[in-house]
Amino acid sequence: MNKESNIYTVLFACLMVVVVGSVLAYLASALSAKIKENERFEKQQNILYAMGVNQNEDEGSVNFVPTEVVEREFSTYITEQLVIEGDKITKDDQAYMIDIKKELDKMKEGATPKLPVFVGQKDGETFYIVPMYGKGLWDAIWGFMALDKDMVVQGVYFDHKAETPGLGANIKQRYFMDDFTGETILNGSNYAGIKVVKGNNDPVNEIKDDNEVDALAGATITGNGVSAMISKTVNLYKDYFESLRNQG
Amino acid sequence: MALLSRKDSKLILDPLADNNPITIQVLGICSALAITAELKASIVMALSVLFVLGLGNVVISLMRNMIPSKIRIIVQLVVVATLVIIVDQVLKAFAYELSKTLAVFVGLIITNCIIMGRFEAFALGNGVWRSFLDGIGNAAGYGVILIIVGFFRELLGSGTLLGFPVLGNPIEKTGLYAMGYENNGFMLLSPMALIVVGILIWFQRSRNPALIEEN
Repeated sequence: MNKESNIYTVLFACLMVVVVGSVLAYLASALSAKIKENERFEKQQNILYAMGVNQNEDEGSVNFVPTEVVEREFSTYITEQLVIEGDKITKDDQAYMIDIKKELDKMKEGATPKLPVFVGQKDGETFYIVPMYGKGLWDAIWGFMALDKDMVVQGVYFDHKAETPGLGANIKQRYFMDDFTGETILNGSNYAGIKVVKGNNDPVNEIKDDNEVDALAGATITGNGVSAMISKTVNLYKDYFESLRNQG
Repeated sequence: MALLSRKDSKLILDPLADNNPITIQVLGICSALAITAELKASIVMALSVLFVLGLGNVVISLMRNMIPSKIRIIVQLVVVATLVIIVDQVLKAFAYELSKTLAVFVGLIITNCIIMGRFEAFALGNGVWRSFLDGIGNAAGYGVILIIVGFFRELLGSGTLLGFPVLGNPIEKTGLYAMGYENNGFMLLSPMALIVVGILIWFQRSRNPALIEEN
């Protein structure tokens, strides 16, 4: 058959699409269980990381609980998983699998979102861990924040889809995340969030009640994204924390 | 090289120096600017392109007598995209941490002009073995420049190499910083990558006058 004829070209294109399509479809379905499991472990690791259950040394890199034991550790430390839906609070063991992005989209359309909270116990202290989700410079950023009931930050974990390596991608470095520990979300009794600001005269972050942490050089928009993410998503839990405080 | 004939070894060695895809052909500049702020990212990108270009050239070369010329560009694009997706999925299942590091690069690999350029210019007209060597050679030439640029940008911009502080601690003022040295934050921005690549081109051409075009 003539290689340049239209019929050959169309047949070739069709055949190529079918072959490539089936190879990719087969691969996707064969691997999807394993990929889902990896994602599940990652979520558990991130939640535990935020509440300080990790293998970090004094300084240096982020070290999660190993994947082999994460499921056991998760059920040890996370004592309760709650879902807040309007005024209703229910227990749900699968709350950590809630896709916070979908819930925020639902909220935009006027529906009541399902907001997960994870209650963790470690060394006699209680942590309330909330998920966060927002926009960085290029794509999504997200994370988890562990708070006590006065909304003082006990630890955070940030992650991103595609921030610039060396700049915005450094939000998941310890020197940035560790700055948040001890910061207050509330200013007096008002909700203030935490702002990532440049030149706040506090680069080593000694002032903890200023609702500010020092920004990353060259990552202004990612930093603004982190501020916006905190003020938007953690704000949704304001009432929950207030009710916790009122209970004493 | 006894393993390869003279002509074959030229395929590998030429792109490393006198026919470098970045500094001579000025291809693949976009990714060279985007991801070289860190040495680690440069190395990961270099290895990914090595894999995709080596394998892609082989696939295209195998199919070269079947591809209708009217749709050859689309066919090339499909081959790159398929390879990249396969790699991405397999890594996600079996090396999840690594796949997260690579996520940023997936789009950049598919659109890397070097890959399409080598398919079009070489693999479509040459045998499998030679195409493989050509792919490896060009990817290595690309990778070498990426790693050199990444080395200088991370060292001068952040004072670290592969994340390890090599010049001391800028906040506590130890090491070089005790003497008043400051990181050049400008190095982390893309324009400085262009300037580093420019310096490399200048250096290379001044060493080898044969590379300078006549006006």
